Amino acid sequence: MAKILEKRLIRSPDVFYYKIDAPLISKKAGPGQFVIIRLHEKGERIPLSLADINPEEETISLIVMAVGKTTSEMSTYKAGDEILDLCGPLGQPTHIEEVGRVILIGGGFGVAPLYPIARAFRSVGNGVITIMGARSKDLLIYEAEMHYVSDKVIITTDDGSRGTKGVVTTALKQELEQNGADLVMAVGPAVMMRSVCETTRLFTVKTVVSLNPVMVDGTGMCGGCRVLVAGQSRFACTDGPDFDGHQVDWDILMNRQKSYLDEEKESFDAWKKRHAL
Amino acid sequence: MPGRNAMHSKIPIPEQDPVKRRSNFDEVTIGYTPEMAVKEAGRCLQCRIPSCVAGCPVHVPIPQFIKAIKEGDFKKAIDAIKEANFLPAVCGRVCPQEDQCENNCALGKKGEPVAIGRLERFAADHGMKSGHTDIQRLAEPTGKKVAIIGSGPAGLTCAFDLVRLGHRITIFEALHEAGGVLFYGIPEFRLPKKIVLHEINTLREMGVEIVNNAVVGRLIAVDEIMNEFDACFIGTGAGLPKFIGIEGENLNGVYSANEFLTRANLMRAYAFPEYDTPIKKGQRVAVVGGGNVAVDAVRTALRLGAKEAMIIYRRSEAEMPARNEEIHHAKKEGVRFEFLTNPIRIIGKDGGVKAVECVRMELGEPDPSGRRRPVPKKDSAFQIPADIVIVAIGTRANPLLPQSTDKLGLNKKGYIIADKETGQTSREGLYAGGDIVTGAATVISAMGAGRKAARAINEYLKSKSSDKIVMPNPESVILNQVLNQVQDL
Ligand SMILES: Cc1cc2nc3c(=O)[nH]c(=O)nc-3n(C[C@H](O)[C@H](O)[C@H](O)COP(=O)(O)OP(=O)(O)OC[C@H]3O[C@@H](n4cnc5c(N)ncnc54)[C@H](O)[C@@H]3O)c2cc1C
Ligand SMILES: Cc1cc2nc3c(=O)[nH]c(=O)nc-3n(C[C@H](O)[C@H](O)[C@H](O)COP(=O)(O)OP(=O)(O)OC[C@H]3O[C@@H](n4cnc5c(N)ncnc54)[C@H](O)[C@@H]3O)c2cc1C
Ligand code: SF4
Ligand code: SF4
Ligand code: FES
Repeated sequence: MAKILEKRLIRSPDVFYYKIDAPLISKKAGPGQFVIIRLHEKGERIPLSLADINPEEETISLIVMAVGKTTSEMSTYKAGDEILDLCGPLGQPTHIEEVGRVILIGGGFGVAPLYPIARAFRSVGNGVITIMGARSKDLLIYEAEMHYVSDKVIITTDDGSRGTKGVVTTALKQELEQNGADLVMAVGPAVMMRSVCETTRLFTVKTVVSLNPVMVDGTGMCGGCRVLVAGQSRFACTDGPDFDGHQVDWDILMNRQKSYLDEEKESFDAWKKRHAL
Repeated sequence: MPGRNAMHSKIPIPEQDPVKRRSNFDEVTIGYTPEMAVKEAGRCLQCRIPSCVAGCPVHVPIPQFIKAIKEGDFKKAIDAIKEANFLPAVCGRVCPQEDQCENNCALGKKGEPVAIGRLERFAADHGMKSGHTDIQRLAEPTGKKVAIIGSGPAGLTCAFDLVRLGHRITIFEALHEAGGVLFYGIPEFRLPKKIVLHEINTLREMGVEIVNNAVVGRLIAVDEIMNEFDACFIGTGAGLPKFIGIEGENLNGVYSANEFLTRANLMRAYAFPEYDTPIKKGQRVAVVGGGNVAVDAVRTALRLGAKEAMIIYRRSEAEMPARNEEIHHAKKEGVRFEFLTNPIRIIGKDGGVKAVECVRMELGEPDPSGRRRPVPKKDSAFQIPADIVIVAIGTRANPLLPQSTDKLGLNKKGYIIADKETGQTSREGLYAGGDIVTGAATVISAMGAGRKAARAINEYLKSKSSDKIVMPNPESVILNQVLNQVQDL
């Protein structure tokens, strides 16, 4: 059982911030790692990245976007409620070292794990530039927080309602042309990570991505999270989630993420019906 | 007067009708009635030198418990078994008896051996039903603490033996349920989960703490455990699934048997959408492999509603490592078998599976295991239409724990090197056993290893003159807090 200490709506109507009591996990976790939660006896196990790690307070934070059954159900949990199972930290922490100038790119819930990653890169002496994109300004999350841990934050919106009009890769290209980078890291939807990798390939900048295939156990036991990297089958939950983006077979990842579309819909519809939504 | 035939063959065990059972997850075999058990027990010759016992890895006192059944003293029977075997309801169901106890039975020379497994199961089930307490007498607390990593049969047995000796036991388990393969791998229709839960409850009642969701190597390191505890046993199994390495293996609809069975058993995906975890049901399911795991997967697929479910195995039926009884059950349920057949490619369509391309095999020269090596026949490629493919060709050592542990001796394949008799690893106070030492084996051999290690750990604890001096460090304080919380629950 893990207790929710704090919950906030950070982007209406569907993105929530949770602070969770997790004494041991908070002492052990590093940036880039994730947890697997199971809400209740009938729940599925879903992976969620660590959006913050606070060992002094003995808490971890999660940012969850309600996209289907489990995440929507979680959005009904309040401060004081308990999550039945919390397992972590899982995955390898992001490899943090001093390389010089690091560009971090976040999209969707991918901005959440970037917060501790940015802080860690900066704490060892890197210059950190964060690029965040969304369709329009109302869909941006965690902007203020990212300012706090970055030397520079570049915002892009598809409709130009905030920052530069366009997509993250336009801003990335410009930044690479003008100032260059020693390392790029992208976290977010697979399409976004793939186009980041296509962009950085032209500049031969090393690019790390955090992959998010469907997972079950998160311990290397089921192989459901396998991804093809440099022609080899790797398990994202134990070998990753971070991999060299230029070596990832994106078609396989994106296809496998769609494995359960029909079932996900069935489960979500049944839940909405029960909750008269 | 029993007829000649009756003396020569086992009393048949009642089973669910094959047509009905292929669409439900209830247990296939129903178990002996007391009358049947007494009658079957009557077949035992009560050999003075019982060769059956030598065939059992944990030396269950077979003639003694069978005699008790014959005399109708079922409590005495289960008490005798429990002295040697902490999980008789499990072993009676899943042991490969034909290779172990029953293989050695004197009666087997002329007819069928005594149904030792079925009788063991009967005694255990009867004990559970009549609610006679399983809690064994515990020794005085010794003040020693032992950590056990992994709650499969190896870890559970080690915990059971050590807690009885008065040591304080904490089990760290990565998953949200304890039991290892007994919970996530072996299906409900062969081993009902309530049996596993019952045995685990017994352990809890005896004072064993189980910390779930604790992945050792991530949440806590073995080194930290060694600082906190007087000794530690590793029983983490061989859970890493192997894939074939052929084209198309990453298509949607291709599962490892571990994933397929975990979704179905641990996550109860057969009851989706009541339970949240989905599983691809499939109309035509092809399972690659010939062991218990493959047979469990194919029968699970059938029960999830597949119109056709088949085993693709590269050797012939005689070489299949699965339990005979399960092969027999699978056949009756309508599973199709493609022997001497090997997949070479999985053909996709719209991101999913359309067919498996296979070649026919023939048996060539014997390989190092003594079995004739299958070799592909020339120009024999053909396609089997399928929409789900399940790969059940074995498992390897999961490197997560070994990689995060210093100075732990491993063999070339990544299994932990441990003494056969004691489970002692390359580090003092650290023991290991079960599949993580031997590679994928059997429930009873994992239990045997847990028992041997428990004995060695007890000796080791006795030999240690005093408690080691533990420097309080902040992490161990936290760990203790967590453990205390667990205890309070
Ligand atoms: C390592 C890792 C870290 C993650 N971190 C976060 C996080 O910090 N915050 C967060 O909100 N989500 C995160 N996710 C995704 C999250 O696990 C899924 O959104 C969740 O499983 C969806 O469950 P559901 O039942 O609500 O929706 P479902 O009904 O299962 O799915 C709804 C939609 O979400 C998409 N989806 C499903 N699974 C995934 C997935 N694994 N990755 C991306 N999209 C998916 C599907 O395309 C589907 O259309 C992470 C995933 C991984 C693998
Ligand atoms: C589908 C299937 C069917 C089978 N059928 C039979 C049968 O009919 N008869 C038979 O005799 N044998 C059978 N077997 C084999 C038998 O189940 C195994 O040999 C036996 O379970 C091994 O026991 P173990 O204790 O070594 O490990 P396991 O049962 O594998 O248990 C290991 C436990 O350790 C946990 N763990 C792993 N890593 C960590 C970590 N880092 N930290 C914490 N916990 C961890 C795992 O989650 C798991 O719970 C079958 C196996 C499978 C998969
Ligand atoms: S534990 Fe297994 S091998 Fe031993 S007697 Fe029982 S069924 Fe036979
Ligand atoms: S060998 Fe067979 S007949 Fe003899 S004691 Fe054992 S079970 Fe009975
Ligand atoms: S989620 Fe099962 S192996 Fe990665």
